[in-house]
Amino acid sequence: MNAHRSIVLAVTLAASLSVAAMHAASAQEAEAPSREHWSFHGPFGTYDTGQLQRGFKVYREVCSTCHGLKLLAFRNLSDPGGPGFTEPQAVTIASGFQVTDGPNDKGEMFQRPGKIADRFPPPFPNDQAARAALGGGLPPDMSVLAKARGYEAGFPWFIFDAFTQYQEDGPDYIHAILVGYEDPPPAGVTLPPGAQYNKYFPGHAIAMPKPLSDGQVEYTDGTPATTDQYAKDIAAFLMWTAEPKLDERKRLGFQVFVFLIVLTGLLYFTKKRVWHDVKHPPELESRPPTGQPKT
Amino acid sequence: MSANSIYKPQNPLMQWMERRLPIAGLVYSSFIVYPTPRNLNYWWTFGGILSFMLGAQIVTGIVLAMHYTPHVDLAFNSVESIMRDVNYGWLLRYLHANGASFFFVAVYAHIMRGMYYGSYKDPREVLWILGVILFLLMVVTGFMGYVLPWGQMSFWAATVITNLFSAIPGVGDPIVTWLWGGYAVGNPTLNRFYSLHYLLPFVIAGVVVLHIWALHMVGQNNPTGVEPKAEKDTVAFTPYATIKDAFFIGVFCLFLAWFVFYIPNYLGHSDNYIPANPGQTPTHIVPEWYYLPFYAILRAIPSKLLGVIALLSSIVLLAFLPWLDTSRVRSANYRPLYRQFLIVFFLVVIGLGYLGSQPPEGGYVIAARILTAYYFVFLLIILPLLGLFETTKPLPNSISESVLREGLPAGASAPPPSGAKV
Amino acid sequence: MTTISAAEPSRRDFLYIATAAVGAVCVAATLAPLIGQMSPDASTIAAGAPVDVDLSPLAEGQIVQAFWRSKPIFIFHRTKRDIARAQAVDWRTLRDPAPDSARVKDGHEQWLVVVGICTHLGCIPLPHQGNFDGWFCPCHGSQYDSAGRIRQGPAPLNLPLPPYQFVSDTKIRIGETAPANA
Repeated sequence: MNAHRSIVLAVTLAASLSVAAMHAASAQEAEAPSREHWSFHGPFGTYDTGQLQRGFKVYREVCSTCHGLKLLAFRNLSDPGGPGFTEPQAVTIASGFQVTDGPNDKGEMFQRPGKIADRFPPPFPNDQAARAALGGGLPPDMSVLAKARGYEAGFPWFIFDAFTQYQEDGPDYIHAILVGYEDPPPAGVTLPPGAQYNKYFPGHAIAMPKPLSDGQVEYTDGTPATTDQYAKDIAAFLMWTAEPKLDERKRLGFQVFVFLIVLTGLLYFTKKRVWHDVKHPPELESRPPTGQPKT
Repeated sequence: MSANSIYKPQNPLMQWMERRLPIAGLVYSSFIVYPTPRNLNYWWTFGGILSFMLGAQIVTGIVLAMHYTPHVDLAFNSVESIMRDVNYGWLLRYLHANGASFFFVAVYAHIMRGMYYGSYKDPREVLWILGVILFLLMVVTGFMGYVLPWGQMSFWAATVITNLFSAIPGVGDPIVTWLWGGYAVGNPTLNRFYSLHYLLPFVIAGVVVLHIWALHMVGQNNPTGVEPKAEKDTVAFTPYATIKDAFFIGVFCLFLAWFVFYIPNYLGHSDNYIPANPGQTPTHIVPEWYYLPFYAILRAIPSKLLGVIALLSSIVLLAFLPWLDTSRVRSANYRPLYRQFLIVFFLVVIGLGYLGSQPPEGGYVIAARILTAYYFVFLLIILPLLGLFETTKPLPNSISESVLREGLPAGASAPPPSGAKV
Repeated sequence: MTTISAAEPSRRDFLYIATAAVGAVCVAATLAPLIGQMSPDASTIAAGAPVDVDLSPLAEGQIVQAFWRSKPIFIFHRTKRDIARAQAVDWRTLRDPAPDSARVKDGHEQWLVVVGICTHLGCIPLPHQGNFDGWFCPCHGSQYDSAGRIRQGPAPLNLPLPPYQFVSDTKIRIGETAPANA
């Protein structure tokens, strides 16, 4: 009926515009990042353990100087659905970090090698120390960075995104930032002192100096050691640190979906069966086709 | 409560219990043999969906509360620990967060049904008002729940919304300080929001009991707006309505599962994954999608106090719908003019939702003012006048008649003689 | 089109039974995470990993308390007199019979490692108190000897032995037993 169609249309429009709106609300003037292909995209997406291990290497050798991962524990490195290190490997990685412990019997805090249950130690003891060491900038902790960043896709993309399950705006943004440095900046752009020009950073003036260049990190599995590859690998790794349960979530989701479809189907046919006598009462069955009712 | 005499148990244990606490009889008369109009469409399943979602939110909320720490230094990390370490913690958190959104989807569908079919009219005024109260409770509960993860949006939404109270002349600032428990949103605020967020769903459950009681006193409305006149107009609640509700809850859960398992952060805002920083405001403070229309109305009015009054009255005015709408005809199916204005009203609310997410600049402000004007003009002027001047379509004589007429081939217009045996 | 007659109840019943069965599975599957979330989470389990304790600072006769899985663990550096008195007891007459040799590790008889929770109602007994060279529990008066065995009072069992092993002569690892082929 017309009314129903209108209402359904209204609701759809409402919902989609509201959500659009919300994505639009985070709209910045910077250019939208390109959409990369991610192995973990879509209903059957999973992390690529090789990529996560490379990404971890990039973090270890480049990013960990300034950025923390304080919500991640060393034991997570050997968890299922992650980079797939073995537990002994995770123990070795842990012992390569220095962790603050204490107080000892003299009342002092001290440094000791990390144990597998420890969390990743922050590169600076506090925010003020970070700012002092880096000329005022504060590198954010990256534990949930891939979920704390995104960009507005605009109408009508955000509608399609709900159907294509696009949740990778964070990694796309991170990848774009890492490959988006331009030196010298475009004509007519003046940067604040200490900042660099980045095509994708909101406002274009980013305090982080370009962290990645070709050949900086050695890849032993034959993957090309380019900035773009590093950016993809670290973005994927950061998506894992933000969403370590992604593999399990999508796997369980498939099972739940199949189950709910079966259950809803059964409920539908049960409903049809229950309502049959009400929907098809005898006086309708016996009515002649001319529409004249029997009395 | 005299309907309990309907239930006559054979089992001696049940007879013993029935005499002392007639719960079984109450359930029997209210949810099993309770006569329900036979022509209800799927818009009537949202009441059951809402009850289901309230239960789901309470259950997931209680288990989340076993792991959450309501302290400004610990809250964000406790939520992350739920996501990472607690067994199935990620599932419970995403169910609760997306469940809140779907709770609001269901309540908006439920309200739209009420407005379209005139379910608020005599004798259902109290039922409707209880519903408005329930909606207000949901709004407050959802707001406080969003503050708990203590992200950037949590903190700044709390700051903006509590600051609204400073618009009250004279006592505004002391009230805000009292709400905060300090000089700004801080740890005391977080703690009390946690306590109240745990409490209010049970208040909602209590008001839901009143809501269903009020419903059962007068019976369901139905798509024709014509009250049941004979037994053949109705069917027993169980199994007919029960199975229909169960089926549509299944469909609803499929949509919820799509979000929870595949796009769990789609409806949220990425800024809330940044720990709250009282020294830095996000570029655009946006509430969750279900508050956006009201946020737009608030910002459309240039005056702070009038904006707050507009915000509150946009919801409170709904409680007066039974008296604002002067038409004797209930269902919009038989009110062509009302239906058009109503659909525009729904589109206006959607438009306000979009505008609520945009920065309050330029054309957006003008558009928001126009739409806000329509919102209030519809409620305060159009509705009262429509009832006086609208020409409505003829109503069917009864529910059965309208159901049977749908079974007739196209072209047959004469209703069956009233003496027809069914 | 006939209405479903009573002649074919089996098809209708099958549908209802199937729906009810799948519905029951749904309820069970929903309960699983709700109940499971109360089990110890990953960080708690990680924090319960074995703990190494260095024995070299302990003088003879000294009792120290370590923590493993949030439980107090008593480590007693027994003197020769403590050992002799523990071995001299007619252990078969004890409430919870156990020879002293079953309470310590071979070659390390001077080290007693027990969980410091009274087996009566859970208080922490006090060291070097009581009449049996061991512990005295102030809550209800249980007394344990120098092998941690219950000698007097309401506690039913000896102080429990945690899993532990000597990783060297001066270091134990509480929470891990030595491989069985040792």
